[in-house]
Amino acid sequence: MGRKVFMIDTSRCTACRSCQVACKQWNKLPAEAAVNRGSYENPPQLTAQLYNKIEFIETEENGEFKWLFLNKRCLHCGEAGCIKVCPSVGALYRTAEGLVGFDQEKCISCNYCVNGCPFDVPRYDANNKVTKCHGCIDRVAAGLQPACVKACPTGTLLFGEQDKLLADAKKTGRPIYGEKALSGLGAMYLLSDKPQSYNLAENPKIPTSIFLWKDVIKPLGILGFWGAVGATLLHYVTIGPEQLEDVEYQDKEGE
Amino acid sequence: MTNHWIDIRNSDVILIMGSNAAENHPISFKYVLEAKDKGAKLLSVDPRFTRTSAKADLYAPLRSGTDIAFLGGMIKYIIENELYHSEYMQLHTNAPFLVNPDFKMPGDLDGLFSGYDADTRKYDKATWSFQRDADGVPLRDPSMQNPNCVLQLLKKHFSRYSVAVVSDITGTPEEKLTEVYKIYASTGVAGKAATIMYAMGWTQHTVGTQNIRTMAIIQLLLGNIGVAGGGVNALRGESNVQGSTDHCLLFHILPGYLPTPKASWPDLATYIEKSTPKTNDPDSANWWANRSKYITSLLRAHFDSNLTAADGFGYDLLPKLDDGQNASWLMLFDRMFKGDIKGFFAWGQNPACSGSNANKVRKALTKLDWMVAVNLFDNETASFWKGPNMDPAAIDTEVFFLPIAASFEKEGSVTNSGRWAQWRYQAAPPLGNSRHDSEVMNELQFRVAQLYKNEGGAFPDAINKLSWDYGFKGVDGKIHHVDIHAVAKEINGYFLQDTEIKGTLYKKGELVPSFAFLQDDGSTSSGNWLYCNSYTEKGNMLARRGQSDPSGVGLYPEWSWCWPVNRRILYNRASVDANGQPWDKEQPVIWWTGSGWKGDVPDGGWKPLSQPGTKKSFIMLPDGVASIFGAGMAEGPFPEHYEPLECPIEKNPLSGTKNNPTIKLFHDGKDGLDEDVFYSCDQRYPYVATTYRVTEHWQTGVMTRNIPWLMEMQPSMFVEMNPELAKEKGIKNGDWVKVSSGRGEVDAVAIVTKRFRPFKVQGTTIHQVGLPWCYGWHTPNSGDSANLLTPTIGDANTMIPETKAFQVNIEKRG
Repeated sequence: MGRKVFMIDTSRCTACRSCQVACKQWNKLPAEAAVNRGSYENPPQLTAQLYNKIEFIETEENGEFKWLFLNKRCLHCGEAGCIKVCPSVGALYRTAEGLVGFDQEKCISCNYCVNGCPFDVPRYDANNKVTKCHGCIDRVAAGLQPACVKACPTGTLLFGEQDKLLADAKKTGRPIYGEKALSGLGAMYLLSDKPQSYNLAENPKIPTSIFLWKDVIKPLGILGFWGAVGATLLHYVTIGPEQLEDVEYQDKEGE
Repeated sequence: MTNHWIDIRNSDVILIMGSNAAENHPISFKYVLEAKDKGAKLLSVDPRFTRTSAKADLYAPLRSGTDIAFLGGMIKYIIENELYHSEYMQLHTNAPFLVNPDFKMPGDLDGLFSGYDADTRKYDKATWSFQRDADGVPLRDPSMQNPNCVLQLLKKHFSRYSVAVVSDITGTPEEKLTEVYKIYASTGVAGKAATIMYAMGWTQHTVGTQNIRTMAIIQLLLGNIGVAGGGVNALRGESNVQGSTDHCLLFHILPGYLPTPKASWPDLATYIEKSTPKTNDPDSANWWANRSKYITSLLRAHFDSNLTAADGFGYDLLPKLDDGQNASWLMLFDRMFKGDIKGFFAWGQNPACSGSNANKVRKALTKLDWMVAVNLFDNETASFWKGPNMDPAAIDTEVFFLPIAASFEKEGSVTNSGRWAQWRYQAAPPLGNSRHDSEVMNELQFRVAQLYKNEGGAFPDAINKLSWDYGFKGVDGKIHHVDIHAVAKEINGYFLQDTEIKGTLYKKGELVPSFAFLQDDGSTSSGNWLYCNSYTEKGNMLARRGQSDPSGVGLYPEWSWCWPVNRRILYNRASVDANGQPWDKEQPVIWWTGSGWKGDVPDGGWKPLSQPGTKKSFIMLPDGVASIFGAGMAEGPFPEHYEPLECPIEKNPLSGTKNNPTIKLFHDGKDGLDEDVFYSCDQRYPYVATTYRVTEHWQTGVMTRNIPWLMEMQPSMFVEMNPELAKEKGIKNGDWVKVSSGRGEVDAVAIVTKRFRPFKVQGTTIHQVGLPWCYGWHTPNSGDSANLLTPTIGDANTMIPETKAFQVNIEKRG
């Protein structure tokens, strides 16, 4: 199977935010108490109950005023910092379609993925487990479109075969964000303005420390981790559970 | 809409003005963007840079309430640069007609047309007429050069609307005006089409109807009516508001736009005589000459079929308006406020938030003996007695609340803006004790009829002689389950006796195939002649889901059904020349094959205009052509700019007539209710304000404020203002501010944004702010409706309230 990706054509987005609501409906995510801070944009950032949102960006260039809308979400990177950095195998993983999924059962609440993500996407829920856009894995596996794509009335959000969507996007001649970055983003932007106007990093990179982690420390770290688990078990048996905090702390020290 | 949603994709230029389609009609943008994909230009004209403007090729700001000036400048531009479609105008409009030489215009009469009476605030329209020949047919100058012909008068009238003058009124930069004019007027050639998408931003003004008239004139000059991608397209604010209008939402019409009877029309014969338009032109179809068939068939549908011609088929049982009576929204609540109305059904509405001058509306509700609130959720109207500034102990109104099913919980039809009546099915049963509206009405009818039978009372026949055959009647005579299909069939109509028409025998009880078969002898019924053809012996046309598009222009004739007779584009005989050949060869709507019409259902099946024995193309008008000169209007046959009732400038720059001279003033500056005061050019309320909706909430928000996901996105009342004004007033983005008008105040969060800009008007800087009306006190912490600020004043023709331009003050909350 070829890789499946999102193509987000910002020129078609009217910020109706059907994507925000459809995602919450499908993924059974509750609303959060919100206040108006002087903007239509709400909630102000992604949360554990908000897997995708529209950013409202007001800019002015050479006297021309623009109101830009950007669908912010997990970009399902081809080279995913979150997967790389995750010490618990399978807590963050790649699906057959190439999306980045998560398995809360396996999440050890270490927060590493938060630091490993170049786009500030993963969030931790009330149970302290990782959560983010998973591309509606359940729907996609059943041959359906992700909920946000299904709800989008203007064709801003497209989901399908990477080759096809990229070829179509290239025909427009407009800048495509993320074709090459991080081995190709699984959610690319077909922009109607330059990336900087959308506050998109020109060259998104996984933090250098992560390479160190992945290639040097993680192999050792995992050894160390299981060593620590063993030690904790011993600790648990001899002293009690309230000291479990120490495990995470030690684990963070290992970064 | 003269056209329909999908047809927007056929446009070469789309003007979105008086609406904010991206935010309030989000699905429409599917088609707007398809048009843009094919190279169409999108123009956004709005006081505020909106989500629509964000997608536009060109955005032009204008001060609220100055649309006629803006568009008047476009008319001048089109005529003086001769960009109009001459042949179209000669064939399909009254542009060549010669006007009464005594007719005078605002340029001569300081802002007034001839015939004005200041005491009655009405016009004597005697001079607003055409010169006619001995037979009564209007005289024409096909060259359109006669100084008294409509085109030359139009040219003279709008010659006063130069770009400089317009800019000084609207605050739009001159170069933006010219750019909009140039792009829009580029569609005056055959084969090009421009469309207008408008909504309440045009209607809710004291000159609302004339706003739309101005655009209709532009569309006729450019030959954009009847063609694919053209038309004058009202974006209706609710999924079925077109259907409710068709079926007599308004006081002045019965179903199918038949006039409401008046007290001075005592019998059916008089009604028909007085209300049927006449023509002496043998080439005019004058379709309304069929009125007798439609009113008679309506009466046959409404009332007991045992009533006879001698009974006027039940005409006496219809309610009548007093002569000159206006029973529109503002008048109803005015009378309620004055204690003249005892009872009120607030059915599927929330006037405590939606009504202009909502404080007056809320006070009016306290004067009622009883009120029945019928809604999905409790709301500001149903609970008005415990709202802000109310003393429940002092209010005697008895309030009943009837929970009602949501649209997804009932079967039936909705008619969209494009006149498509589409059947929908029940997706889920109603929750709890809530019921389908029809079940509630059925119960009401039965119980009221029982009361009349058991206890007597005045005028029982209006209820007891209603035909009420919407399902199986039990032994008690009650229908226990309403068959909604029976309602749809009654709307279509039946043959009430065996009838032979053109050699075919139609049996008693058969559904009438279309309105051409309706009779005025009582042999047919039809609850709405416009919908006759919607549910026939072939089945429920509304439920059709065929997806073929033989025309290639997106007519989809087998998808649902469209009034009239499944005609997808109104006035489509204007899309062809005198030989029946389409102006637009690539996107033809209809075309003459030599023996008949192909394409859409033609607007009358007569031969092309060049052939003898044909009828003109605008069949609903007595003269058979479209009205560039429209004498039916209250304030003049051509539009003229007048300032909103509350406005920021001393003087109308175009004349000494500041406001629309024919509006009904509820307060004349001296006398009237305190609730109805207005403040024009008053330093206490120096800022122009307008109201609007947001994508995230629907109407007053009764449904959407109960959906937490939507409240998360738009949680509370806000007011948008430009940074210069905010700085002047010491307001920062996100601050709470008080917005006040002469009639009330609301708290709102300041959104300080360059999407609003100050306007340069008459050498001064004018600031405008805007607020949504979707919030109400019933939802904690959400704020309250912008309609607490809006005035009691209406359009001169329709009385729709002027909520889109009024004056406010803003102050930072301490």
